[in-house]
Amino acid sequence: MAVPRYWREIPARYNLIGKRCKVCGRVYFPPRNICPVCRRKSVGQMEDYKLKGTGVVESYTIIHVPPPHFEGEEPYIMALIKLDEGPYVTGQIVECDEKDVHIGMRVRATFRKIMEDGEKGAIYYGYKFVKEEE
Amino acid sequence: MVAIVGYGAYVPRYRIKVEEIARMWGDDPASISRGLGIYEKSVPAIDEDTATIAVEAARRAVKSAGIDAGEIGAIYVGSESHPYAVKPTATIVAEAIGATPYLTAADYEFACKAGTAGIQNCMALIKAGMIKYGMAIGADVAQAAPGDALEYTAAAGGVAYIIGKDGIATINETASFTTDTPDFWRREGQPYPGHGERFTGEPAYYRHITNAANLLMEKMGTKPSDYDYAVFHQPNGKFPRRVAKMLGFSDEQIKHGLLCPIIGNTYSGSAMLGLAATLDIAKPGDRIIMVSFGSGAGSDAFDITVTDAIESYPRQNIRKMIEKKQYVDYGLYMKYRGEI
Repeated sequence: MAVPRYWREIPARYNLIGKRCKVCGRVYFPPRNICPVCRRKSVGQMEDYKLKGTGVVESYTIIHVPPPHFEGEEPYIMALIKLDEGPYVTGQIVECDEKDVHIGMRVRATFRKIMEDGEKGAIYYGYKFVKEEE
Repeated sequence: MVAIVGYGAYVPRYRIKVEEIARMWGDDPASISRGLGIYEKSVPAIDEDTATIAVEAARRAVKSAGIDAGEIGAIYVGSESHPYAVKPTATIVAEAIGATPYLTAADYEFACKAGTAGIQNCMALIKAGMIKYGMAIGADVAQAAPGDALEYTAAAGGVAYIIGKDGIATINETASFTTDTPDFWRREGQPYPGHGERFTGEPAYYRHITNAANLLMEKMGTKPSDYDYAVFHQPNGKFPRRVAKMLGFSDEQIKHGLLCPIIGNTYSGSAMLGLAATLDIAKPGDRIIMVSFGSGAGSDAFDITVTDAIESYPRQNIRKMIEKKQYVDYGLYMKYRGEI
């Protein structure tokens, strides 16, 4: 990943800051500049919106053959999570045995190292998910 | 007046037992446990480092203190395992808790006492009226060469303190004792620290802690029995017990803050985590002495009085967090630490 792209995405990656359309109230994550429902009317009406980071597992898969930057972490869980505010997000679930993960499981966002650009490059941090404590 | 406004701690959930490390190197686990006063230590997950631990601790501190992170005017992160040699951990923390951009920030390094140096800096900025709140963090994912005695204790964890004018515990006074003592070091570019074996005890740990503690008590006109709790840096489970005895503190005064036997030495987090575990159970009016130690060498001592505000503060229960654990074997430990 290029450093400028990572830097641009820091608010979303660290703090799940998305956008809310002030016209219709829909929340978007990752952030969008235009509301696809309100279209032209939403120009200049999209405000930053911090998501709570809590949601529910909608579906998941276990990765056994990871892409190069994630080698060593396998097997790990990638899940499609429906955040409480509405948007769907794809994220890794950590500290959860692959036998325990299930559809409908409540999760919350945590802050982890996502990947390193080799030994000399930048370290990219961002959200992953853990099981929400009852 | 300067006070602790809030605190938050984080200890990774993985543990490795002394027996498991001893099995690898042909040591006798019973004599290691007895000698070092430790049973198991925390291990960071493969995607955890000092920055992620510092962020978790900082977020918990901000949440429980109930303050607006934008009002934090300074963040100092003390660690001897910052993920970058050049590029501050403090900026990562500041961004992740929403304290950016109007603040000053820096990383500190002083072996195991960089976090308490951060507290002192925040105290000075508060006293000078330069900031409303300051945050001092001690966090580490401590390194140890495989097979070195340090491997039994080098652990991971962190704690963040928010310092302000009024809060849950007043910091009455601080005192430091610092000399050039090469008891423990890590050269630039080296992956593991070196140490002076037994030299780390008498001229380093014991000398600096006793001097800082006595200097503080002299300043305050206090004696050990005036304190309800005492917390000393915990490189192992034995040193803090012995230094407490040397100074005239009882086992009862130190037992609540003594976490090393169950999580290991969290380096910059060590004494500060012990203080946090003590604040978890303290009552209004309780008086606490905390003395950190960093190799190289120096100690910072703090005289603290718990206020009435602690009663309505949402305390975290650090000991309960530590109970949530999962054991790993030596192979997984090596993998999580990036050794294999």
